[in-house]
Amino acid sequence: MKSYILPQYLVERDDYRCIRCEVCARQCAFDVHWYDEEEDAVFADESKCVGCLRCVTLCPTNALVVRHNPTQIPPNANWTGEVLRNIYRQAETGGVLLTGMGCDKGYPIYWDRIVLDASQVTNPSIDPLREPMELRTYLGAKPDVVKVGRKGGKPSLETRLTPQLRLETPIMFSAISYGAISYNACESLARAATEMGTYYNTGEGGLHRNLYKYGDHTICQVASGRFGVHADYLEVAAALEIKIGQGAKPGIGGHLPGEKVSAEISRTRMIPKGTDAISPAPHHDIYSIEDLAQLIYALKEATHWEKPVSVKIAAVHNSAAIASGIVRAGADIVALDGIRGGTGAAPTMIRDNVGIPIELALAAVDTRLREEGIRNRASVVVAGGIRNSSDVIKAIALGADAVYIGTAALVAMGCHVCQKCYTGKCNWGIATQDPYLSKRLNPDVGTRRLVNLLTGWSHEIMEMLGGMGINAIESLRGNRLRLRGVGLTQEELDILGIKHAGA
Amino acid sequence: MKIEVDHHAGLPGVFARENGKVRINAGTLHYRELNNMVKGAAAEGLEEIELENVFGQRYIGSGIRRPVRITVHGVPGNDLGAFMDGPRITVDRNAQDGVGNTMNSGTIVVHGRAGDIVAMGMRGGKIFIRDGVGYRAAIHMKEYRKHVPVLVIGGETQDFLGEYMAGGLVLVLGLGKKGKPKLAARHIGTGMHGGLIFLRGEVEEHQLGKEAAVERASEADLEMIRPHVEEYTNYFGGKADEILGSGFIKLYAKSHRPFGGLYAY
Amino acid sequence: MLRGARVRDDKDFSGCSIFGMMNLRGEKFNGDPMITAIANMKERSNGLGGGFAAYGIYPQYAELYCFQLMYDDQAAKEETEGYLKDSFSLEGAEVIPTRSCEGVSDPPLLWRYFLQPRESIACDLEDVDDFVVRAVMHINVFIDGAFVFSSGKDMGVFKGVGFPEDVGRFFRLDEYEGYIWVAHGRFPTNTQAWWGGAHPFNILDWSVVHNGEISSYGINMRHLEMYGYKCTLFTDTEVIAYAVDLLVRRHGLSIEDMSRVLAAPLWSEIDRMPAREREAHVALRQSYGSLLLNGPFSIIISNREQMIGLTDRIRLRPLVAGRNGDFMYISSEEAPMHLVDDTLKDTWIPHGGVPVVAELIKPAAREEETGGKVLSISGAEPA
Repeated sequence: MKSYILPQYLVERDDYRCIRCEVCARQCAFDVHWYDEEEDAVFADESKCVGCLRCVTLCPTNALVVRHNPTQIPPNANWTGEVLRNIYRQAETGGVLLTGMGCDKGYPIYWDRIVLDASQVTNPSIDPLREPMELRTYLGAKPDVVKVGRKGGKPSLETRLTPQLRLETPIMFSAISYGAISYNACESLARAATEMGTYYNTGEGGLHRNLYKYGDHTICQVASGRFGVHADYLEVAAALEIKIGQGAKPGIGGHLPGEKVSAEISRTRMIPKGTDAISPAPHHDIYSIEDLAQLIYALKEATHWEKPVSVKIAAVHNSAAIASGIVRAGADIVALDGIRGGTGAAPTMIRDNVGIPIELALAAVDTRLREEGIRNRASVVVAGGIRNSSDVIKAIALGADAVYIGTAALVAMGCHVCQKCYTGKCNWGIATQDPYLSKRLNPDVGTRRLVNLLTGWSHEIMEMLGGMGINAIESLRGNRLRLRGVGLTQEELDILGIKHAGA
Repeated sequence: MKIEVDHHAGLPGVFARENGKVRINAGTLHYRELNNMVKGAAAEGLEEIELENVFGQRYIGSGIRRPVRITVHGVPGNDLGAFMDGPRITVDRNAQDGVGNTMNSGTIVVHGRAGDIVAMGMRGGKIFIRDGVGYRAAIHMKEYRKHVPVLVIGGETQDFLGEYMAGGLVLVLGLGKKGKPKLAARHIGTGMHGGLIFLRGEVEEHQLGKEAAVERASEADLEMIRPHVEEYTNYFGGKADEILGSGFIKLYAKSHRPFGGLYAY
Repeated sequence: MLRGARVRDDKDFSGCSIFGMMNLRGEKFNGDPMITAIANMKERSNGLGGGFAAYGIYPQYAELYCFQLMYDDQAAKEETEGYLKDSFSLEGAEVIPTRSCEGVSDPPLLWRYFLQPRESIACDLEDVDDFVVRAVMHINVFIDGAFVFSSGKDMGVFKGVGFPEDVGRFFRLDEYEGYIWVAHGRFPTNTQAWWGGAHPFNILDWSVVHNGEISSYGINMRHLEMYGYKCTLFTDTEVIAYAVDLLVRRHGLSIEDMSRVLAAPLWSEIDRMPAREREAHVALRQSYGSLLLNGPFSIIISNREQMIGLTDRIRLRPLVAGRNGDFMYISSEEAPMHLVDDTLKDTWIPHGGVPVVAELIKPAAREEETGGKVLSISGAEPA
């Protein structure tokens, strides 16, 4: 069947600059470029181009430009180019539309309508380069009261705290499974988390044996497929996370296609090579809130009550009530993932239409937990489109204890957000299991880029904290007075629990 | 009418120990106290742990990585042997929901019935249920190399047996009914993409998920399942030859990639 | 009290434990075993709600409607009593006796009234029960701070905030004797700790305890509102109680047909049915589609003659039944049945969507019966 889909991108080659080195042809797993010896020219099949810009980035003579195809379909506010493209694709395949990364629709980004405060005159701002500035954060349940006795005149703790995670910066790497991304990408995340004194999350694909040595900085996920979940996996983790939902695809399961289940992935997930790895939509042992409690305590019992247990949900309409239930079900950490959260593969219609923005969910959850007097019984971690240090600091001021970053971490390693992760042909060596592609991501370099990113963000957070006259992150946590909204409706301000700028 | 409730003969938790064996009276102890005692006994190197008067305590056998023998007198609570790795549990009455949830190795023998989601996500070890089981038994059971979990159900199962099954072996003996039992369960093997289910008796096409293929069990199949049937009859009585000789059908996955064609790439 | 202040969520979300126990011959027993049984499933609740319903507890007033009310304050009580006196003759009014109990605090004012609808008002109406339902709806919707939490004959609901065993002791259930008892332990996902929000939910003789969450709540509620039910509590359990009242009492459906509405068979099963059966099932789904309870539930529905256990059509919530001679049990878990009955052997797991119905053996039936053979259970599959 002839495809009616027009190329999304045009590849423009400056023939004068092109030296026929064929880097572009070698780098493109989508087979866009090829060199014709007879004509001594490099050609492109633009229908295959996904816009990942690998060729452009690596072209030694800057001979390439990739840009959106300017051909216009007849102008129409309803029947846009994207709508037509989707219909043609389904008419040609009969399939469910698939996509990768986070929702790219224009829902409001509330971070960009919130501004931060700074000290002027009445209290001093602090210079973080020379003054003390503390970002250390502990995740886990906190008691209402701490009792301290005396032993030999010195204070001696009587209230034992339940297990906690210690973060040197309030930024962790989101759950991304080995399978969704390459081994080298996983190793980069593990090493960077270890170096920065924070944590990365295995996602639901188990943990490769070689990465067990980073276990102290690893949050091991238990998802509906229970892939690679066995006694060693539970024991090596610093914390366990029950994945209920994901911001990119609330309410549905996952599916790692058999062709990505290589020998190594098969070993890690503990399933036969080449078999589809199906994650059911629900955990079939959790159909109700008391069942969640049952699994939380099953994990605690299996690990001798030595690890905090996190529960991750997608941000949806009644997140506040759900989060309250999660805390009452015994979770130590509640992780919320908003509608802009990334994915290796999700049905497009679900990614773009289900869930709510993380800012609103965070504000609602933090408010509800405080109203119910149970906010200290669990930490709150948010994810879903955190793009920079100011998003982080605004999230913390709204009430988060820490954030998870996924897309930003992948971008740090080279991702250009072309949204084709599900094809397994990632030219940047990240979302692929093809050894030819994955070796493009050197884990030494990946680690360095991630460490650099967190280092830069942490400095910026310190600068902003200092500007507000605060030298410990806990003084900003939930401190919504240091936030103001710009251009928001009263209802939005009410939900966010902040005043409008000027008020 | 006055109903007397006498739920723990003697004090809960009282130990009696002799020759590497310990007896614990569970009564209405909280599961955490009971399991701490069980774990403590296992850590001490005791090999036989008998639990008396068990009434619904959860997670028995979880978090123990030694091949201890645990005998449960009574009805154990949900998630019996969840994430279990090694112990051997015998239950003398019915079990509840979640027996062998995500279990890795060890054995569970139930002299009665079990509830829903028996052997969910089970990856290794064996479970023998004398009677029937509830919904969703062996859901998402999976195997890897030498780790092939085995679930033997003496009676019948309810709906969604082997849903999403990705590996392992399930035998449904359908005992207790004369002749060739006609199974009532629906949606058997829905989304199945690995493993084998052997059913004694007849099912109709509409009772099976569309991802499951069905055929008569061959002689080779019957030889393959024989040791498990024999193990069952060793525990609960009956004659393996008689059971094996009365007609089994075999369900297997039509494809390891049941949903490969679902998406528009 | 939070009834007015509540509801930012679409409704209450909660999980739970349920337990029911019935003597098929109508012989009465006190609430002790109920407290023991529901306490055994403590892990399924979180201390934010527990309750009981008991049938046969007011034999001296057996033909009167018993309204059990909770009041926020004296003013609500006075207003309610004024309203009741206009419509009913009050044959009895008393404080519901309680004892102080750790784990139960801030109770509302708890009163009960034995009522006879005034003939001059009720006789104009074709159905006295409808009149009573309207009175309940009126108080619950229009009288601030008053809530009727049970309104049947010779039965009562006892519920509050706390673990169910504490709530049971608080209400001195050891001092009541009934032949059907149901109990509930609640795991709500918030602390809007309003006593009326606990289970059971009741209207007339119908009581419902429920485990699960009804995903179709929004349309179930809107459908019932067309028939005059006011879903004031924002819980799916309330919706179930009203749906049962509508289908069975008002529309005359059998328990089995009611189950075919609430937990309808899948179309694929209906398509395979013989023509006449198929026609009936298709018509029930076509007409009552808005009352399909979609999503996980297991419930125990009770009235003065029956105790009915039912789960959703793909049994996403647990339910176990048991029978020992004249005693019938329905429970979320198996262990508590054995805890209260150490000779119980016969237990089974009902199929999804198929009701387990235990019916009282009527005195007439008892005389006809021979050899002590009791059979009043349907949906049963003795092991």
